Amino acid sequence: MTAQPLPEHPDFLWRTPEPRSSYDVVIVGAGGHGLATAYYLAKNHGITNIAVLEKGWLAGGNMARNTTIIRSNYLWDESAAIYEHALKLWERLPEELDYDFLFSQRGVLNLAHTLQDVREGVRRANANRLNGVDAQWLEPDEVAKVCPILNVSPRTRYPVLGATFQPRAGIAKHDHVAWALARRADELGVDLIQGCEVTGFLKDGDRVVGVETNRGRIHAGRVGLAAAGHSSVLAERAGVRLPVQSHPLQALVSELHEPVHPTVVMSNHVHVYVSQAHKGELVMGAGVDSYNGYGQRGSFHVIERQMAAAVELFPVFARAHVLRTWGGIVDVTPDASPIIGRTPVENLYVNCGWGTGGFKATPAVGWTFAHTLATGEPHPLNAPFALERFTTGALIDEHGAAAVAH
Amino acid sequence: MLLITCPWCGPRDETEYHYGGQAHVPHPENPGELTDEQWAAYVFYRDNPKGPFAERWMHSIGCRRWFNVLRDTATHEVLTSYRLDEPRPGGNR
Ligand SMILES: Cc1cc2nc3c(=O)[nH]c(=O)nc-3n(C[C@H](O)[C@H](O)[C@H](O)COP(=O)(O)OP(=O)(O)OC[C@H]3O[C@@H](n4cnc5c(N)ncnc54)[C@H](O)[C@@H]3O)c2cc1C
Ligand SMILES: [Zn+2]
Repeated sequence: MTAQPLPEHPDFLWRTPEPRSSYDVVIVGAGGHGLATAYYLAKNHGITNIAVLEKGWLAGGNMARNTTIIRSNYLWDESAAIYEHALKLWERLPEELDYDFLFSQRGVLNLAHTLQDVREGVRRANANRLNGVDAQWLEPDEVAKVCPILNVSPRTRYPVLGATFQPRAGIAKHDHVAWALARRADELGVDLIQGCEVTGFLKDGDRVVGVETNRGRIHAGRVGLAAAGHSSVLAERAGVRLPVQSHPLQALVSELHEPVHPTVVMSNHVHVYVSQAHKGELVMGAGVDSYNGYGQRGSFHVIERQMAAAVELFPVFARAHVLRTWGGIVDVTPDASPIIGRTPVENLYVNCGWGTGGFKATPAVGWTFAHTLATGEPHPLNAPFALERFTTGALIDEHGAAAVAH
Repeated sequence: MLLITCPWCGPRDETEYHYGGQAHVPHPENPGELTDEQWAAYVFYRDNPKGPFAERWMHSIGCRRWFNVLRDTATHEVLTSYRLDEPRPGGNR
């Protein structure tokens, strides 16, 4: 593996227009999801009278804070379908957007450390293959061939008993993904408005007809929420209750190193995931902090545990230094699957509940949420992820099954 | 790291505790009469405020008792803790 040079920054990427008084569609949140939704609304549906409203700066939320892992090795059919659709879109997006955002298909290993992990992994690899997702089960010696710096000795506290491997999985440079989408959306006529916080909703009876913002009222034919960790706070202002809980999720990076880590390694059981960024930082994450929170920082002991796990798995990292840690706020649902679709309020649509894993879904979110906003109907890929499933009981329970604990 | 006060043992590090989510969620009085919507509300829907939140914690490596904490989810400030049979300080459930 050789280090790739970073892409050049284009001169300018998008306009900064004043908000108009009315749009066909208003999207709240200019993270990857909001931007991809605007892009596909314009591209696939020809709807260009759109504003994306962002309270901070473009893609400064979880889009700027995630560990950029992209994969589609989810257990259940509904999940495999939407994440694999995303992965297929990722594979052609750099060319389509004419922006090299360093999508690197270096593969992902999901390690097994217990007999139950092994059974779960073998089952998931088989389920993936039945769904047309590339997946293999690897024995420890094969794991070591994919990632030679990984300690697969049987003498560790939680030995590596094998792993699932998805070769098409990988990482991408998240900021550049957002800028690539923003540039194209802007070119297609979408207004990207930063420093514009949605503080309430304009209603006509039980219908949403616009939003209140710190920059005035904006009327809208339809409103789509893509506000990640703040979804429930926002939806409540429209009188909609969402079954999500917001938690801090932390990540950290080391200083720069020579390229040493050729793939992405995730471990559910000892709970750390590690990849090496293009510039050379080791990028690590783990699970959410147990409590609810909006403070964009988490607890030190969570970082301590993930570092201990990382050093046991990768003895070569023992002398690496932590350069920076940060937190984002993720919204978690009871079944660890997202909610995309209608709300009980007419003209108000929601995309939320992606928890710790929504970056990888970015293009598929845009594709399906745009379809829903354009037609008022779910796309076949997001239909199973409707809010109603918590009443009907048709849950898509990816807790643990998704190859990561949430 | 949060510093949480167990009503029985006093202030201890967060790592001594287990989190239990929203406090004051009563079991339905007449479960047989609930609609699907009411069941969904009881099982899956919890408050998620940005601000003061009454939540349950258990002192899992101490006295192993459950109690309630009032904590600000935006600032992480632990406002107070109280026993399960006490009402939420300041009202509002
Ligand atoms: C530490 C960490 C690691 C992660 N690692 C991964 C990973 O490896 N792979 C993966 O697939 N996913 C990962 N995720 C999850 C992923 O980042 C999120 O699921 C995804 O970014 C959510 O969609 P988004 O990009 O639109 O959210 P965001 O980028 O958070 O966008 C939401 C936007 O809405 C704005 N907003 C909120 N309220 C308002 C309002 N009232 N008015 C206007 N704007 C508002 C926010 O400012 C924000 O910019 C990780 C998350 C974190 C925090
Ligand atoms: Zn105690």
